Parts: sequence; structure tokens; C-alpha cells
Amino acid sequence: MCGIVGLFLKNPSLEPELGSMLTEMLVTMSDRGPDSAGIAIYGQEAQNRAKLTLQSEQPARDFATLAKELGAALGGDVSLVVNDTHAVLELDETSLAKARAKLPQLRPDVRIMSAGDTIEIYKEVGLPAEVADRFGLQNMSGTHGIGHTRMATESAVTTMGAHPFNTGPDQCLVHNGSLSNHNSLRRKLRREGMAFETDNDTEVGAAYLTWKMQTGSTLGEALQSGLDDLDGFYTFVVGTKDGFGVLRDPIACKPAVLAETDDYVAFGSEYRALVNLPNIEAAQVWEPEPATVYFWNH
Amino acid sequence: MQTFDLEADGLRALNAALQAQTQETNQTSWQVLNPKGAHAVAVGLDAPIDVQVKGSTGYYCGGMNKQASIRVSGSVGPGAAENMMSGRIIVEGDASQYAGATGHGGLLVIKGNAASRCGISMKGIDIVVHGNIGHMSAFMAQSGTLVVCGDAGDALGDSLYEARLFVRGSVQSLGADCVEKEMRTEHIELLRELLEAGECDAKPEEFKRYGSARKLYNFDIDNAGDY
Repeated sequence: MCGIVGLFLKNPSLEPELGSMLTEMLVTMSDRGPDSAGIAIYGQEAQNRAKLTLQSEQPARDFATLAKELGAALGGDVSLVVNDTHAVLELDETSLAKARAKLPQLRPDVRIMSAGDTIEIYKEVGLPAEVADRFGLQNMSGTHGIGHTRMATESAVTTMGAHPFNTGPDQCLVHNGSLSNHNSLRRKLRREGMAFETDNDTEVGAAYLTWKMQTGSTLGEALQSGLDDLDGFYTFVVGTKDGFGVLRDPIACKPAVLAETDDYVAFGSEYRALVNLPNIEAAQVWEPEPATVYFWNH
Repeated sequence: MQTFDLEADGLRALNAALQAQTQETNQTSWQVLNPKGAHAVAVGLDAPIDVQVKGSTGYYCGGMNKQASIRVSGSVGPGAAENMMSGRIIVEGDASQYAGATGHGGLLVIKGNAASRCGISMKGIDIVVHGNIGHMSAFMAQSGTLVVCGDAGDALGDSLYEARLFVRGSVQSLGADCVEKEMRTEHIELLRELLEAGECDAKPEEFKRYGSARKLYNFDIDNAGDY
């Protein structure tokens, strides 16, 4: 099954409420996916700074002096905010590549959940309500966000196997369904230089889109070619730095509901994920068509 | 009228109360408040009662219905009226995928649009959709009638048996073995009755009829490519 939610705010006055609205949507989708939960949240962009969200099984050990050590290694100012098993590093955007190369040497057990100017990804194994509480998702603010509750089918129930997957700067993908050609596609993408951290089918879908965009496609074009190259069932919700998109496979077995008002665009696997959003009674509510790319930009 | 607040009293209690009604019940009128997209609202009913659902529901609303008349003043999720045997379900809004699937009898009316696979494998149910229907609708439909006042998506009536399909608007494509057929007087009459029962003022003369070419009933090697 899996449950997906997404919220793209058009009205900036709702931004402080983003976390609480998304949390409620996410928790409602618990019975579609009680294995793990994750959320990608797009916050404010800091001038010339980039963000890395990190995860560690031993945050006390790994995060205590990391900002100082990494700052010394990069020769610049690095800040770090710990949030349970995760931490958000902020650093000069020109040092991002160097930081990614340096991190495995400094902290071999720390994993990168997301990288970009505004994105932060938090995900863990456990019931969605517990995961949301651990990270204080309800208190977060931002411009848009995507959440996922997982019922594992194609790979193990682990933190890294949870969605969303971030495979390019500020890009993320959540998936309901299963891809049947992910192994062959993963081999192909590896030959093209893409790196994978799990055996998960969704990671392949995310990496495929990143690869397409790295080789010159827009997100819209990448999603369009995904219709030919990705075999299986999927409802995808994707996030970019300033955008939010939805794609269903041509068979469109996996459920999807979109709602739009003057204030927001909301996505849910089921309508009941949307019922407590402000003014939902007046929203335009519809099911996205199969094999059709939907996208909104700020 | 009996009023039931789904948020306060819960789904099991609602369905238990509705399913406990018998042929002789004098509690014939029910109102369900706060459905908020809940699944399996008013399923398995078997009594001549009226149920008004005030809002939108999730999966399988009115599934397996016998005798009851259910009106949803909102939209319904996947599988509404699935396997209905008799009675009537009216949806004021839209329906998600496979509305009326495998239904044996009764009438399903959708005043908005229906998504993909509407009436898939229908076995005697009548379905009237005021708006459009999505792809793969009436796939393997065996009997009953599907009336669409708007447009139909891809592969309408794929592998169709004896169900009758009427579409007023365009059909994106016909599925294997589904063909346009002549509209005769008896079809106009049938449509007139169904449109009236379905609270729809469309004119029967504006519709086209589709049905099975019956080429795929018995296996013939020459038709192997069509299966």
C-alpha cells in the first residue's frame, strides 16, 4: 500500500502551519503504511548557504564535534543543529561537494539524507505518529513538504529504505507502488555513474529522474520519459526547490487525490488525508489522470 | 430520522446498526454525519431503508448493498457500490476508480465524474454517470447497463460480454471486441427509464450504443492477437 501526502503552499501566511498540517495528513495515512515514515520539508533559503541533513544511529557520538571538525577541514563556517537521530548542517554552498567527500572520512557511520539549499529530510522506522513526534514535525515551517508512510514490499524495513529519497540537490521523491524493472535499471544507472545506498525500488525511480535531469531534461521531461522507462505501478510525488509534482503510471491502480484552493495544493493517497485542511470544502478536488504530469511552481 | 455521528460513534457501530435493520423495520430513515473520507460506510445493508451520508467517503461505500437507498452528498473513494445486489446508491459528487465493480443489480448514480474502471466486471447492475468516466471502464462487463452522459476514456468495454453501454460524449478508444451498435427503439426506451431513475435530464436520442462484437467468446486462433 504505502501512503503519500504532500502540501504546496501558495499563501505564505500558512507557512508556519506547514509542519502541523503535514503531520496530521501523515498520521491519517498510518494504516496504509505503519513500517516507517518520512518527511521532506522545504524551508527558507539562507544566502549562499547549503544544507545537508545527516542521520546517525549514535547521534551523541557522531554529532558532538562534527561542525567544528568539518569547519576546520573545509576552512569555513559550519553550523549544525541536532534533531534526534538527524542533524542539519549548514555550510557555504561552494564547499558542499568537498563536505560530501570529507564526511565519510570524518564520520563513516553518518548517512546523508538530503542535500540542497532548502530541503531537509527526516525519516525513521516506526509508526508515523511516533516518527513525527521524535522530530517535532508539527512545529516545522516551510513553503512545501512531502510525506510518506511505508508498507515495505521491495526492500527491508530500515531507515534508509524509508521515503522520501533525495538523489539530486533539493529533489525528492516518494512512491506508492512497486517497480518491476528496478534491478536492471539500477545496473544501467550505476554504469552511468549514479550511486545507490539501498536495494529499494523507489531509490531507483528517484535516481532515474536525477540522471535524466543531469543529462539535460527538465523535471517535466524526466517524468515524461519515466513513463516509458519505469515498469510497474507507481504514484509519484516529487518535490524540487520551488516546485511540487505528481505522476501516475498509465494503468493508475495506485490511488491519488489532489485538492487545490487559492491557498494551497494538497495531495493525499486518500481523501481522508485532506479532510482537515483549511477550507477543503471549497477546494477543487480531483484524481490525477494516468500518465499525466502535474506540476506547480512558486 | 435516526442520526449517526460517525466521528463520535465509530464505523463498526454505524454498520452494526444499519445491518441490524430488517424487512419490517420502522427506522427507515438514517442520516450519517462526519464521514470525512472513512472507508466501508454503510456496507452490507439488507433492508428497505434510506441512508443519507452527509459528506465524502473513502473506499467501498455502499458495498454489497441489498434493498437500501443510499445517497452520498459528497464524493466517494475507490470501489463504491462494489458488488451491489439491489437497491440504489446516488453519489452527488465524483467517484474514484472501479465504481460499481462486479455489481449484480440495483442502480448506481454518479452525478459527477467517475474515474477509471467504472463498472468493471459488472454482472447486472445499472450505472448512470452524469459526467465522464475514466479508462478501462466496463472491462469484462457481463450484463447490466452503463450510461455515460459525458465522455469515456481509453479502452471502453474491453473484452465485453452482454452489458449494454451508452455514451453521449466522445469515446477515447474502444477496447478489444467492443463496437458501436445501432440504437433501436427498445434502447431509447431503456435509456429513458434509466435517465429518469438516475435524476438526469439528458435526451436518450443523443447517445450512442456500444456492445460486444462477440468475436472473443469462443477461442479462435485467428483472433489470438485481440486477447
